[in-house]
Amino acid sequence: MLTNHAKLLRFFVEAKEVTGRKKLQKMIYILQVCGIPFGEKYRYHFYGPYSEELSLRMEELCNLGFLEETIEDKSNYIQYHYEITDDGVRFLKQFSLEMPEMSKQIERLQQQSARFLELVATMLYFRHLPPQKVEEKVSIVKPKQNYSPKELREAWQFIDKMVQSFLV
Amino acid sequence: MAYKDEQLHEEKVFKDPVHRYVHVRDRVIWDLIATPEFQRLRRIKQLGTTHLTFHGAEHSRFNHSLGVYEIVRRIINNFQDRPHWNEDERLLCLCAALLHDLGHGPFSHSFEKVFDLDHEHYTQQIIVGDTYVNDILERVRPGFAQDVADVINKTYSDQLVVSVISSQIDADRMDYLQRDSYYTGVSYGHFDMERILRVMRPKEDQVVIKSTGMHAVEDYIMSRYQMYWQVYFHPVTRSAEVILTKILLRAKHLYEKNYAFKLQPTHFISFFKGDVSLEDYLRLDEAVVYYYFQLWQEEDDAILCDLCERFMNRRLFKYVDFNPNEQMDDLSRLSELFRDVGIDPRYYLVVDSSSDLPYDFYRPGEEGERLPIYLLMPNRQLKELSQESDLVEAISGKRRTDHKLYFPLDMLEQMDDHHEKVMEIIERLGY
Repeated sequence: MLTNHAKLLRFFVEAKEVTGRKKLQKMIYILQVCGIPFGEKYRYHFYGPYSEELSLRMEELCNLGFLEETIEDKSNYIQYHYEITDDGVRFLKQFSLEMPEMSKQIERLQQQSARFLELVATMLYFRHLPPQKVEEKVSIVKPKQNYSPKELREAWQFIDKMVQSFLV
Repeated sequence: MAYKDEQLHEEKVFKDPVHRYVHVRDRVIWDLIATPEFQRLRRIKQLGTTHLTFHGAEHSRFNHSLGVYEIVRRIINNFQDRPHWNEDERLLCLCAALLHDLGHGPFSHSFEKVFDLDHEHYTQQIIVGDTYVNDILERVRPGFAQDVADVINKTYSDQLVVSVISSQIDADRMDYLQRDSYYTGVSYGHFDMERILRVMRPKEDQVVIKSTGMHAVEDYIMSRYQMYWQVYFHPVTRSAEVILTKILLRAKHLYEKNYAFKLQPTHFISFFKGDVSLEDYLRLDEAVVYYYFQLWQEEDDAILCDLCERFMNRRLFKYVDFNPNEQMDDLSRLSELFRDVGIDPRYYLVVDSSSDLPYDFYRPGEEGERLPIYLLMPNRQLKELSQESDLVEAISGKRRTDHKLYFPLDMLEQMDDHHEKVMEIIERLGY
């Protein structure tokens, strides 16, 4: 009961803050693929793996006063910023969650752009395919993003590091 | 003539209360409808437990799948000869529309939650696996089944095709809103679909709406909003879902503890073990589930027996609004009192949140978060819907969310000890 809400709050305790809904979507997805037991179901959408459940849960956490959402008008688009509140920290204390340590991985994800995380998340979505096919699939579903070979290489390295860090 | 081009001698029609007629001319579509995998959808209700609230809501995934096919057929007819639309994708689009929900099982939502399943995974499996559906699709051309699966999975190369089947204003939603409205008997859920179909335009990799059709789309967004709160999130339906989920959890728990069922739960064993083959999955429909629930009322396990009796006879849990920020202490105290009198709070005291349900609202979101609805303006520029529509902006702004606490009032009324203490808390919560 409310455990999935608590897991997200635990993420925000570690992350301190997250700027951008798209970035948040991809961060949670990547962590989930790496074995962090977040409960949100993801589907593939135009911009890569996306969870409606996560969007709804974020709204609930904001409405309950556990997260603070601030909106920044970036002239041609809006950007959302999230931080955990004191009420959120207090609520979280009532749960004894068994979640792996993830602070370093979150820090690593925080340092990346939303565009790069979209690439990583999309590659992970096709992880059941061989690497060559993954890259082909990325170019098919994301022709407009026009990811360069360098970005693809960096994404593979990033995935390796993320996966390794959870194995250690 | 190639199989993909084969037409029936004369058009077949299905009488349909929502679209009047569903028209079939393609042999491939006719053959797909006749497969056991597609016919199975007749035995799976579109709205799961909603019929316990709105008794008319007995319609099936079969009805809905035909409806989505029919809407897509009309959209494609309108797209013919328009720029950006590739007529070669016609059959692919129709097949994906017809088969998009093929992997749904009985009471999908609860089953997926308890057994960690994903109906979309099974949709893919049925389409690309060793099935009658796959045989038909592969007769169109080798690789066609995979293309249909990719369209449904939204990873197909032509995102315009994907967008017809699945986007924020797609055939799937347009059908289920109208169909669910019709069968539940509510007065929400109506909008001018004919008008929307007329103003839909293919544009590169998505379907957009000609700006003159904005008000028809506003109506659709309002219908969606009202249906969510009045039908899909109805607290009584959620009570039935809570009980259903707890039955499945209890049966799984008993199996894991080597409980001796009077009736071996043969059809459930692979679900309990977490190793569900496609064959196992397809064998389970609502008739099978009801059969077990009926017989589990005779089990010795008091919890399983009681929960099944509640579900079968609609003896549902009562509920109060619950605020997790202010009332967690009350919840903890209630749990203690329940335990003291031998009522297991894991099964009989449940917080259910709106995010636990699988329906979504329209949200323009942030750039790159999710593809919004775009209006095609007279200057050929695209504008996101809520930037033009005050009405859509108003209802897609701050969201309403909801949490409810469910409990068996009848059991509490029979408690000898702690009755007053429990009722005091329940009443304080607002019951």
